[in-house]
Amino acid sequence: MYKILEAEKLADKIYKMVVEAPYVARSCQPGEFLITKIDDEGERIPLTICDFDRANGTVTIIFQVVGASTQRMAELKAGDAFQDVVGPLGNASDFVKEPIEEVKNRRYCFIAGGVGAAPVYPQVKWFKEHGIPCDVILGTRCKDTLIMEKELEAVAENLYVCTDDGSYKTHGNVCVVLEDLVKNQSKEYDIVVAIGPMIMMKFVCALTKELNIPTIVSMNPIMVDGTGMCGACRLQVGDEIKFACVDGPEFDGHLIDWSLAMKRMNTYKTEEGRAMLKLQEGATHHGGCGNCGGEE
Amino acid sequence: MADVLHKVPVREQEAKVRATNFEEVCYGYNVEEAMEEASRCIDCKKPLCVQGCPVNIDIPGFIRQVKAGNFEEAARVIGLSSALPAICGRVCPQETQCEGKCIRGIKGEAVSIGKLERFVADWAHENHFVAAEKGEPNGKKVAVVGAGPAGLTCAGDLAKLGYDVTIFEALHQPGGVLLYGIPEFRLPKEKIVAKEIELVKQLGVKIECNVIIGKSITIDELFNEEGFDAVFVGSGAGLPKFMGIPGENANGVFSANEFLTRNNLMKAFKDYDTPIMRAKKVVVVGGGNVAMDAARTALRLGAEVHIVYRRSEAELPARVEEVHHAKEEGVIFDLLQNPVEIITDENDWVKGMKIVKMELGEPDESGRRRPVVVPGSEYVIDCDAVIMSLGTSPNPLISSTTEGLETNKWKCLIAEEETGKTTKEGVYAGGDAVTGAATVILAMEAGKKGARGIHEFLSGKN
Repeated sequence: MYKILEAEKLADKIYKMVVEAPYVARSCQPGEFLITKIDDEGERIPLTICDFDRANGTVTIIFQVVGASTQRMAELKAGDAFQDVVGPLGNASDFVKEPIEEVKNRRYCFIAGGVGAAPVYPQVKWFKEHGIPCDVILGTRCKDTLIMEKELEAVAENLYVCTDDGSYKTHGNVCVVLEDLVKNQSKEYDIVVAIGPMIMMKFVCALTKELNIPTIVSMNPIMVDGTGMCGACRLQVGDEIKFACVDGPEFDGHLIDWSLAMKRMNTYKTEEGRAMLKLQEGATHHGGCGNCGGEE
Repeated sequence: MADVLHKVPVREQEAKVRATNFEEVCYGYNVEEAMEEASRCIDCKKPLCVQGCPVNIDIPGFIRQVKAGNFEEAARVIGLSSALPAICGRVCPQETQCEGKCIRGIKGEAVSIGKLERFVADWAHENHFVAAEKGEPNGKKVAVVGAGPAGLTCAGDLAKLGYDVTIFEALHQPGGVLLYGIPEFRLPKEKIVAKEIELVKQLGVKIECNVIIGKSITIDELFNEEGFDAVFVGSGAGLPKFMGIPGENANGVFSANEFLTRNNLMKAFKDYDTPIMRAKKVVVVGGGNVAMDAARTALRLGAEVHIVYRRSEAELPARVEEVHHAKEEGVIFDLLQNPVEIITDENDWVKGMKIVKMELGEPDESGRRRPVVVPGSEYVIDCDAVIMSLGTSPNPLISSTTEGLETNKWKCLIAEEETGKTTKEGVYAGGDAVTGAATVILAMEAGKKGARGIHEFLSGKN
């Protein structure tokens, strides 16, 4: 069992937990992810590692409720435990593996959308720890769904916050901010790292292609085992099929076939939605929506 | 008087009924049936069946005990060679191994060695008989990577020799392919797999799940920081292969690994949280045991199922029994046919498959006749899901994170066949990680050889 030491609701449907997971904490690097499973019946849920404490053997995870298993995870409190936590999975970000002098000579702009703030944080923190300044754009739907602002502020050289509805800081999405920084404020970036909903990453990539800025994205497709076995997470990257779990999760965003990746996310939409509804409605779920046919 | 030319028939769940549930297909022999079948063995002086067995079980030896009703002794005889008999009795391709060599098979049917092995192992489980004991501790530590058939066998053999063995398993439960790959109706998980693993644990073997060697901890760290004296890598095959035809990334196209893992490991059929697509009409591409498992699983989830295989029935790599069972249950075999394209609807969901018919030409390098396309034979079959069961290619996780551990041109770990010795000192390997996808029993054989190799290495290193 993997004990939950802290559990906190950050925003609507967004939760943060500190979990004992010594094997993950001892070796994880920015860019990698882990998988949690709540109990026997739970799904294996891939989550990015938001922070880690090697000495205490703990990791911090942030997740959004999207299906039955994440809904049940949200109900866990400090003192409860996950049946399984496994990781780290995937590959560390390129900059971790590259010669530090090369990384120092580049100007990075990190773009975090929604819960994407969680995986961006350890990357920016790595830059801070290595004395390399970088900028961060943090975008979200509205003020109520904003997370990690303070944490990112502490590690980024400049943090630009924006909301789609204008309820907080800059009104507009992350693309508006990036375009403004590059075109009007003469910012020059050598690399953009964009992590967030696929639709956001797709639009960031379209913009950075136009601006001619190489862009790394972190993909979070459907996954089962996370170790290369199932192939559910396959993506079209340029001419090749890649598995996000063992080849990624970070890829050159300009090579991703976004429309395919986004369609593949729908594979279990109906089933996941059904599982979620069944959970919320309990015994009263008899197929009122007209789509699922209800329970037999 | 018993019919000596034929096997005592084994009782099975009726095909129509079992096609709708996940209960075990075969009920196995009872005491009377087992003893009667055992009496068909003529106890050859030079038993060819033993040569046919990858782990060389003394087959006439245990059958002699069954014949006499000494089931405990029979279990002891099997236990000398195999740690997982209840599993092997169910999933070994006996017709090409022990039973394929049986003298009885010349004039009639071979002795039903697999069913007898299963009977003895099940009897031992039911009567809590433990065939093997742990050895006197010798103070040496061995790490085993992967709790599948190779790793469990290697660990069990080493524990019997007195080693302190820890298995590291990447998934959340031990068993490997026995758990995620082979379905419940062929190999019950609680009743059989969990129990045989429990017996390995009773030998003193520790199993740590959720540890990915190469990521959570590396092989070098196991040696340098955790004090292990040797490592056996039995990490299994890995990445599923696809055909590379158009439409293969459409929604509704799954690898057999994904489909089976969702169903078997994550228990989607029991309505657990993990979803699985319950399709109306499924095409399974491939002809091996995994294809049969995927087909029969899809059938049980309510689909009409077609197996599309490019060669003829004689070349199907699956066990004869699986093909027979699949047919009985209603799986449709579209043989000598090959997919060329997956057709999708406007939302990129599978709606059909374009297929060409094949005929067999000259034998290829595998000795099997090479299928060639029949000109103008193209047709379209409607379906809403496709399961690709084309084998796997090795997982790079361990080789890429372990310096000095070399792979061959197929990216399989290089290991000596008789000892499992790899290119890195103290590291041994076996099973699918070395050979590419094969069978449970061959992985067990490799596990045994690896245990012997490690024992020789560590004995000479006092």
